[in-house]
Amino acid sequence: MSGTHEHGHHHREPESVLSLRVRALESLLVEKKLVSSEAIDRVVATYEQDIGPHNGAKVVARAWVDPAYRARLLADGTAAIEELGFGGVDLQVVENTPGVHNLVVCTLCSCYPHALIGLPPVWYKSFEYRSRAVREPRVVLREFGVDLPESTEIRIWDSSAELRYLVLPERPAGTERLGEAELAKLVTRDAMIGVAVVKPPAAAAR
Amino acid sequence: MNGIHDMGGMHGFGRVEREDNEPVFHARWEGRVLGISRACSAHGIFNIDESRHAIERMAPVDYLSSSYYERWHDRNVRLLVEKGVITREELERRMSELAAGKDPATPHSDPKLLDRMLRVTRERTPYRRPGPAPRFAVGDRVLTRHDAPVGHTRLPRYARGKPGVIVRVHGTFIFPDAHAHGQGEQSHALYSVRFDAALLWGESAEPRAPVHIDLWERYLLPDAPARST
Repeated sequence: MSGTHEHGHHHREPESVLSLRVRALESLLVEKKLVSSEAIDRVVATYEQDIGPHNGAKVVARAWVDPAYRARLLADGTAAIEELGFGGVDLQVVENTPGVHNLVVCTLCSCYPHALIGLPPVWYKSFEYRSRAVREPRVVLREFGVDLPESTEIRIWDSSAELRYLVLPERPAGTERLGEAELAKLVTRDAMIGVAVVKPPAAAAR
Repeated sequence: MNGIHDMGGMHGFGRVEREDNEPVFHARWEGRVLGISRACSAHGIFNIDESRHAIERMAPVDYLSSSYYERWHDRNVRLLVEKGVITREELERRMSELAAGKDPATPHSDPKLLDRMLRVTRERTPYRRPGPAPRFAVGDRVLTRHDAPVGHTRLPRYARGKPGVIVRVHGTFIFPDAHAHGQGEQSHALYSVRFDAALLWGESAEPRAPVHIDLWERYLLPDAPARST
C-alpha cells in the first residue's frame, strides 16, 4: 500500500546542491525519528494522484445541476463540500454571474484551497500574479485569454486568512443535456481560480 | 512587517507565464520539502503563522531569487534551527556524508505520523476559535489602520489606512499577528472587507474591480458614515 520505492534516488544527472540539502535535512529528521521517508512518499503520492482539480470540478458540477446544493455551497462552502466527501479546508465559494466575475489571489504568500483542488500551479505562486492580480486584473485576465467587457465587475479576493476561495464558474450555454459527470469534465482548475471561463464542449458535441 | 513578500500592487513584474500540463512537482526534492513541512506541522514544531513569518524573514534578495519550494526549505531549516531541533553544523555534516555516499539514518516506518501528515488533506485545522462578539456588521464602513508593525501581519501594505465596507462576518479566528510570535491565539472577529479599486490605486485603477481582503477586527477602525460612495 505505501509507496515503498526503496529510498530510490535515481540521479540521471549530477545532483544539485539544493537536492542534496533537502536530502540532508530529510536524513537528519529520519534519524531523529521526526519523519519517515515512507510517510513523505505517501504524502507526495496523495498530491500527485488523489487530490486535484477533479475534486473541485465535482463540486461545481453538482452546484450546476442542483440549485439547492448551489445555495448551500454559497452559504457554507465548508459544509457543502463535506456532503460530497471533501474536507480539509474552510471554504468560501464565490459565484460568477452575468456581469460579475471573481478572481482569487494571495498577495502575501500563496494561499490556495489545496485540500480540494490540489497544489497550486507555479503561476499562481509567481511574483507576477501576486503583485498584479489586485491592481490590474483585466490586464492579467487578458494574458490568460479572458477578455471581459468593461461592464462586468471583477471581484478580486485576496486570501489573507485561514479561509480559502473557490470560484463557481458560470455553466456554459449548450450544456443542458449533459449529466453531472460530463459537466465535471468541462471544469478546469483555472476556471475555479477565476482566470478562465468554462467553455462549452463544442468539439466534443459534433 | 513591510517585507518583500507583501507584493500586492507592486510594479515591475512582467507577464504571468502559464505552463501547460504542469506536473505537481517539478523535481523530486520539491515533494520531499512538502513532506518535511507536513511532518513539522504534525509534530507541532511550528504553526502556520510562524511558518509564514519565517519565509517573510528571508533577506529580500534571497526571497526574490528563490523558487517557492526553495523558500519552504529555507523556512524549514530556519525554524528547525531556531526551535533547537537541528543545528546548521549537523546539517552541513550530513550533506558531506551524503555526498560521500553514506547515509547514517536508518529507514523506519511510522504509520501514526503518516496519518497525522495526511490528516490536513481531509480535516480542517481548527483556526476558528471562540472569541469576543464581532464589533462590526455587514454594511459597516471601516478604515484600516495605518500601521507598519515590525512583526507578522496579514494586513497588506496596499490596504493600510484605506476605507472599506464589511461584506461578510466570518466568525472568530486565531490572530496571526500574535500566533506567529508565541503570544497565544488571541482569537477575535474576522471579516471580508471590500475596497473600491480607485481608493487603493488612484487614477490608474481599473473600473469595477473591487478588492476583498479577509481582515481581523484589530486591523479596523470605525469609519464615519457616508465617507465614500
